[in-house]
Amino acid sequence: MQLSEAVNTGFAFLAPWLVFSPLIGLLINLLAGDWFMRHAWGEKAVGAVASLASGAAFVISVLLAYTVSASHGEVIRWKLAEWIHIGTLNLDWTFRVDSLSTTMMLVVSGVGTLIHIYAIGYMHEDVRFKNDVGRFRRFFLFLNLFIAMMMILVSGDSYLMLFVGWEGVGLCSFLLIGFWYELDTLGRPSWANSNAAKKAFITNRVGDFGFLIAAFLMFWHLGNSFQFDQVFEAAKTAPPGIIVAITLFMLIGVAGKSAQIPLYVWLPDAMAGPTPVSALIHAATMVTAGVYLVTRSAELYMLVPNAQYIVALTGAITALFAATIAVGQYDIKKVLAYSTISQLGFMVAAVGMGAFAAGMFHLITHAFFKALLFLSAGSVILGVERGHHHLAHGQHKEKHGKGKVKHAFRKGGVKKEERVQEDHGQEVFDPGDMRNMGGLRKTMPVTFWLYIIGTLALAGIVPFAGFWSKDEILLDASLHFPVIYILLSVAAFLTAFYMGRQIWMVFFGEARSAAAAHAEESPKVMTVPLMVLAVLSVLGGALNLPFEGFHNLGHWLEYTLHEVEGLPLDYQVAGISTVLALLALVAAWFIYGRNPLKTGQIDPLKRPLGFLFTGMENKWFVDEIYQALILTPYEKISQFLADVIDWRFWHDWFHEKVIAGTYNWVSEIALNRYADQKGIDAFANGLGSVTQWLSAAARKVQNGFVRSYALSVLFGVVLILGYLILK
Amino acid sequence: MVPINYYIILSAILFTLGALGVLVRRNALIIFMSVELMLNAANLAMVAFSSVLKSFSGQIFVFFVIAVAAAEVAVGLALIVEIFKSKRSIDVDQMNSMKG
Amino acid sequence: MTIDLILFLVLALVAIATAIGMLMSRNAIYSALFLVLNFVTVAVFYLLLGAPFIAMSQVTVYAGAIMVLFLFVIMLLGAESLPQAEVLPWQRPFAIALSVILVGEAAYLLITRARPAGDVIQPGQTANSMDNLRELGMVLFNQYLLPFEITSVLLLVAMVGAIVLIRKEKRVR
Repeated sequence: MQLSEAVNTGFAFLAPWLVFSPLIGLLINLLAGDWFMRHAWGEKAVGAVASLASGAAFVISVLLAYTVSASHGEVIRWKLAEWIHIGTLNLDWTFRVDSLSTTMMLVVSGVGTLIHIYAIGYMHEDVRFKNDVGRFRRFFLFLNLFIAMMMILVSGDSYLMLFVGWEGVGLCSFLLIGFWYELDTLGRPSWANSNAAKKAFITNRVGDFGFLIAAFLMFWHLGNSFQFDQVFEAAKTAPPGIIVAITLFMLIGVAGKSAQIPLYVWLPDAMAGPTPVSALIHAATMVTAGVYLVTRSAELYMLVPNAQYIVALTGAITALFAATIAVGQYDIKKVLAYSTISQLGFMVAAVGMGAFAAGMFHLITHAFFKALLFLSAGSVILGVERGHHHLAHGQHKEKHGKGKVKHAFRKGGVKKEERVQEDHGQEVFDPGDMRNMGGLRKTMPVTFWLYIIGTLALAGIVPFAGFWSKDEILLDASLHFPVIYILLSVAAFLTAFYMGRQIWMVFFGEARSAAAAHAEESPKVMTVPLMVLAVLSVLGGALNLPFEGFHNLGHWLEYTLHEVEGLPLDYQVAGISTVLALLALVAAWFIYGRNPLKTGQIDPLKRPLGFLFTGMENKWFVDEIYQALILTPYEKISQFLADVIDWRFWHDWFHEKVIAGTYNWVSEIALNRYADQKGIDAFANGLGSVTQWLSAAARKVQNGFVRSYALSVLFGVVLILGYLILK
Repeated sequence: MVPINYYIILSAILFTLGALGVLVRRNALIIFMSVELMLNAANLAMVAFSSVLKSFSGQIFVFFVIAVAAAEVAVGLALIVEIFKSKRSIDVDQMNSMKG
Repeated sequence: MTIDLILFLVLALVAIATAIGMLMSRNAIYSALFLVLNFVTVAVFYLLLGAPFIAMSQVTVYAGAIMVLFLFVIMLLGAESLPQAEVLPWQRPFAIALSVILVGEAAYLLITRARPAGDVIQPGQTANSMDNLRELGMVLFNQYLLPFEITSVLLLVAMVGAIVLIRKEKRVR
């Protein structure tokens, strides 16, 4: 690896602005946001500022990528400031500009900017559905903070700087999942959203614990440093046991952040956040941080094939497990969430097998089509919600005979009618439940086609992007790791199946609820970014076509990774995977498309699969198992510690009886009674008594008799004479 | 040829007797008389010295002492009479209002 | 043992005896009379010492005027002996002791420290008492004029004072 210290080639000096421009966007919205929101153009201004900040980060990423390519992959380390210089540890805020980090930067800032623009439209409606327009600004503050933190993560030159970003994105995830912290997903007052945010943070914490142990081991055994180059250098001569320990602890961190078994449980709950959050953080960017970490630590992993195999196995099992759960879910976002976990499993399996380029390729394409899918799902949800509100106002109109109610959801301003707290009575309407949808193909055509493109990409149908990336992973697996190949193939089959199920349930057939029947299409501010993503999902495969002369991403990453196997297309593997995917789609049509579901009908798979389907529906009861095995005992222990140990023993007994009692005894008995009263008081009083006695005695001289006074005069004379004589 | 020492010793004895009288007797008049005795003893000493030193200063001084003693007696006796009027007694031990 | 010495001793004895008599007598009249005798003896001493004028004024003023005053007041106030209650028991022994010490000290001082000053003049050396008187007068009215005048003022003050003291306080109501 060529290490050039601070070679200011081209645009490397712009590196810190990756972090600064989102932060500046944050500051502007923080300080001026309230003022913006007082005007009618306020929301547009806030959204524009945030999107421009993110866009600026994207532009800088492009320039940095150009710089790297112009210098033929030279690693540029741009130091911003000194951080820790203690003893042997010398750590700085240094930005690492190489091919791997620029790849991540481009994905994060590019997809991020598109989602910012989408969010302007989405949040405009969402805050009105939840009756809190003032919260609009807050969303963009957190989004910009997230971009800044993610930039620190991907451009850090040391594990510690990476960890700063790692923690930062964890925080932003918490803030954004719990955006509607006082409500649940359906808008009712509840602890649900804040609990989901807490769950995400705490589960991530468990992962961070693993990461930290790995970091400490690195510091202790690999050269007293956290900086990448120094660590990798020292690793070459370190005992393999240490490397295994480091890599496996890092795997725990990856499992936390990238939602692998056993720490994936936070991701489905994270769907409580607004849909742009799900798209950006929990599909495209944050969850890929784990994959990035493993890729960055490639040199470590390549030293320990056994640990690598464990990583790959974890990924593959997660992929299959999550796919099975996705088949049984009814919420449109939950299906996509489990799909994300499954696809992350693919990526982790890929990097575990040593196919780092394949893993990164899938990361990029997955970012495109999963963001597309999530945002389209958001569009669907809002469309159904619009239909629901349309109906509610229609009834309102019928009851109270008002004039024609204008649909004011598209542009600025909020009409008074929409502000009225909707009283749905006992029925709460869930716009995300697929059982309430159906037939949206007719009412939301643009969203429908976008969703189709996303699905085909995810299912892996040629020539969409997902086919190329997934195929590369499968190819690598088939060559070296047969078990993993089988697991991933089954997962791919199920992926196509549940996506097909989703398409047929949502867009085809007849509307199963009045709201779906009246659904409306989304505004351009939302659909245009989706179209961009759709184009990318179609053409994204071009990044790394497996033909001679086309392994672009592979060559690009070779600058950093050095060991990239650019495999040519294997028609057998590609054929099998395509056939499986098509079979799955046909099966889905057979079950869900041929006889479309009617209102209130139970899922057709329920009876044939019986208890299996129940398991899939209830996510295999993992959350319940965790609750019983870990959380409840933990709560009981902490309750015991607090009540008995801390309060009853320590406070009531020890403090009160032992400490306070001893103190009181000392001050009352020992000091007050003996030392003070008998000792000091006696002395002081004694002095007074002596003086009194003396003066009583001396007073007798003044007896009033002249003769005795005269006697004393004579006495004095005699004394003086005597003195004079004796002198 | 009487040495002056004799006169001085005599004067001392008379003086001491006068002092003793002041201290021991309780009758105010006797005390007063003892005071006169003391004055007299002093006068004797002065005249003796005047004789030895062949100077008149001693005698002149004695002259003045006598005059002053006379004045003093006049006033003093008047005071004693006044005290007798209020206290009905000339016992000096009765005049102990300064007690304490 | 010249005649002067014998005379001196006899007169000294008389003086001391009368002094002691004055001290110890229970009757105030007797004390006063003893004191008169003492004064007369001292006057004789003055004569022996060659101060006739002083001797005469001693007799005239002291023994004649002052003691008469005393006698008047004694008779006025009653010469009865006082009740025997002795309030200060240690007074007498202490006083006697101190007096003895005083005499002892005076004697000691006189014997060991005093310079021999010489003898007193012979009684017959001043032949003419009128000379003595004239010289005395000269000194008195030339050198000691101021004290003389002041003494006369003093006598006046004493007279006024005595009268003021006796006067009844009528004005205070």
